[in-house]
Amino acid sequence: MLITGLVFAMITGRMEEVNEAIFEGAQEAVTLCLGMISILVFWLGMMRIAQEGGLLKLLSRVLSPLVQRLFPEVPKEHPAMGYILSNMTANMFGLGNAATPMGIKAMEQLKELNGSKDEASRSMITFLAINTASLTLIPTTVIAIRMTYDSANPGEIIGTTIAATAVAVTSAILIDRFFHWRRVQRARAK
Amino acid sequence: MAVITTLSMYIIPLLLFVILLSAIINKVPAYETFIEGAKDGFQMAVSIIPYLVAMLVAISVFRASGALDFLLEGLRPMLTAIGVPTDIVPLAVMRPLSGTGSLGVMSDLIATHGPDSFIGRLASTMQGSTDTTFYVLTVYFGAVGIKKISDSLKVGLLADLCGLAAAIFFVTIVFGNM
Repeated sequence: MLITGLVFAMITGRMEEVNEAIFEGAQEAVTLCLGMISILVFWLGMMRIAQEGGLLKLLSRVLSPLVQRLFPEVPKEHPAMGYILSNMTANMFGLGNAATPMGIKAMEQLKELNGSKDEASRSMITFLAINTASLTLIPTTVIAIRMTYDSANPGEIIGTTIAATAVAVTSAILIDRFFHWRRVQRARAK
Repeated sequence: MAVITTLSMYIIPLLLFVILLSAIINKVPAYETFIEGAKDGFQMAVSIIPYLVAMLVAISVFRASGALDFLLEGLRPMLTAIGVPTDIVPLAVMRPLSGTGSLGVMSDLIATHGPDSFIGRLASTMQGSTDTTFYVLTVYFGAVGIKKISDSLKVGLLADLCGLAAAIFFVTIVFGNM
């Protein structure tokens, strides 16, 4: 992507903009990460209490039958399950900044399950797919923007958003299954 | 509307209450445990920086060089042919690349067409129904040091496409095409 961009800049003569863009991009990344520190520190602390207090285990015991089939490689009552579930729940309630630390924790656990390799495992790909499709019930930011532009009914898009999200998540899961099946086929062919 | 706003305001405090309550019931030292877990937060944020810098610089250059516009023009006839309204194409392409970028495009569309127009509703639904694939991938995999992403990107982008199609479909049947 970077190379394509650079080649294009040479053709279109937009080198000046590109120079600016390089440092703007880098700065935005660092600002984003620094902004994440407060959220990460706070929620990871709270999550540790939830873990020690047995709340995570309770959550995974109650809800894991639902998600178990999505992650056949994760043992029941493994801490990864608890984090996956809390990430999904937080996403559903639109708590994006609480969901991220939980999702990262889940990834950490999944990586450990995979023998700490630097390659994404099947469960990790599935988990990421669900997160990029994002299970949202209440799109708070969008509603806020619609309010600023004087919408007669800012919340009217909740229904269509939930329906579209449901399709996105379902197709993410199906596409993920398909790619997994293809990887298995290829491995067999070798 | 008011119910939802109030509800979402109560969720986080309520969650904290439940977590602390469970600590008391199970006699977990809340403060020490909090510190123990929170320590990792800083390290985690810092470890994401290199991944995010690489990705955002690439996307930023891609946009500024005009390559994105070129891609947009290339995709426009194709997307229009399958029923995507022309005005929505920039948002569809921007959505998986950049969260702030697509939020900007969405606000623009709502400002030009009005929040209660077909385009306005479609833009709102699209923005809300999927996440920024590139960003989520970088943050989640970057934080735990995954370098080989396997099929992740393909799965994420194809799912985005399905979400886009679903958004157009549902907005059309619920609100009608105006």
